[in-house]
Amino acid sequence: MTTTIQAPATPPGVGDRIRGLQCRECGQLYAAEARHVCELCFGPLEVAYDYAAVASSMTRETVARGPQTLWRYRDLLPIEGERVVDTRAGFTPLVRAHNLGRALGLRNLWVKNDTVNPTFSFKDRPVSIASTRARELGFEVLACASTGNLAGSVAAHAAKAGMRACIFIPSDLEPAKIVGASIYEPTIVAVDGNYDDVNRLSSEVADLYPWAFVNINLRPYYSEGSKTLAFEVAEQLGWRLPDAVVVPVASASMFTKVHKGFSELQQVGMVDSGTVRMIGAQAEGCSPVVQAARAGSLDVQPVRPNTIAKSLAIGNPADGYYALKIVQQTGGALEAVEDSEIVEGIRLLARTEGIFAETAGGVTVGVLKKLVLAAKIDPDEVVVAYITGNGFKTVDAVAEHVAPPLRVAPTLTAFEAAYARSTAERGH
Amino acid sequence: MAAERVKFTFPPDLVNTPVIYNMGKEFGVVTNIRRANLSHDRGWVILEVVGTPEAVEKSLSWAKEQGVRVEPVGAETTS
Repeated sequence: MTTTIQAPATPPGVGDRIRGLQCRECGQLYAAEARHVCELCFGPLEVAYDYAAVASSMTRETVARGPQTLWRYRDLLPIEGERVVDTRAGFTPLVRAHNLGRALGLRNLWVKNDTVNPTFSFKDRPVSIASTRARELGFEVLACASTGNLAGSVAAHAAKAGMRACIFIPSDLEPAKIVGASIYEPTIVAVDGNYDDVNRLSSEVADLYPWAFVNINLRPYYSEGSKTLAFEVAEQLGWRLPDAVVVPVASASMFTKVHKGFSELQQVGMVDSGTVRMIGAQAEGCSPVVQAARAGSLDVQPVRPNTIAKSLAIGNPADGYYALKIVQQTGGALEAVEDSEIVEGIRLLARTEGIFAETAGGVTVGVLKKLVLAAKIDPDEVVVAYITGNGFKTVDAVAEHVAPPLRVAPTLTAFEAAYARSTAERGH
Repeated sequence: MAAERVKFTFPPDLVNTPVIYNMGKEFGVVTNIRRANLSHDRGWVILEVVGTPEAVEKSLSWAKEQGVRVEPVGAETTS
């Protein structure tokens, strides 16, 4: 028995901006359709642009005239029509973090606060792109395999788009996360098995059903949404690049796309040339990319996750290799922190900047702190820390670490006595 | 006929074992390697396994029993 591999014909692009989908390994070009694996070498596909065409239409002025959402960067996003699925995702605040900077010894620290997206995490960025492209390609069902955050975002975008949604989750998922997705009325399929089992079943379903799985057959479009995290930071800094960014690493998709975003802005002339040092942050309990970096290797060995940072708990990251290459190219770093440091990172961010982050944010802040202490970040560098999800998603991680309320009888005397005790204990 | 696209990741003790050859011989499946990265102590191979549905399933189960990590290509978690 033999298998004949036929090279696809040169495909049509999307308009004049998008050349199609291109294999990251062998360079083969495909039409901009629902496809994520190269037929020749089985490598991952990503969107290829004609940057000269983009540069001819995209300027700082055209961006400034755009909506206060991620759609202001549509020239560098893989959609073709005017009708987008708009949940008002993106263009989140870039906060000058004076207090956190002072605590860490950094004079130019900024926090990209992505906790305020419509479903409270950065996932709304990639899902906005994927759902829009899904509708353009004629799909009627939006689907995903998820451990929680993606489920809510996909369900919300499907609701907004008037599409049906089918969400595959592990059956032991926390009830709060199930409710967070169920409220948008998708079909939720709770699979008896772990996340690998969910992922495998979803891939089989994607092969058989004409559904748009945002993180499977629409993955090349989906992942492009994370570039807007770079576009916004550059614009919000006055169209200049930061010196370094700290990005949490799960599959490393976001990490590679933030880097791609900064590179594209330079290619289309929106910012001056420069190198942004890419710093990746993982939890020690799930740090396959960091372990590879520590071993001086580009070979990521899968691990079994064991950390409170569930949203980063991917033991076999799809883009780990590419993240390691980017760290090499940019003179960046990869570092990991223990669960106790993650909790402390969440608390530090909350008490200094008033931002309540989920555990991934604690990883980012913890790694930032660790690298400053190791003198791997200069105090005067312009540094941006990406905080990608809201703390209300992972309340259990910090519930035992916050002070209980002062319980008092309903009298002024009782209040004053309790308040005085509390003030003395806190030292202020 | 069934065709599965999979990634085999080999632990150090299996790097020098002809697992793919043995699998084809044992289960009558055709293996078609598309990409690979192997060193003296570790490595992975991306391949297509073609045969009857039963033979493909049994061959991949056997590979796992040998200690190979078997994952469908393109199903890596993106989260």
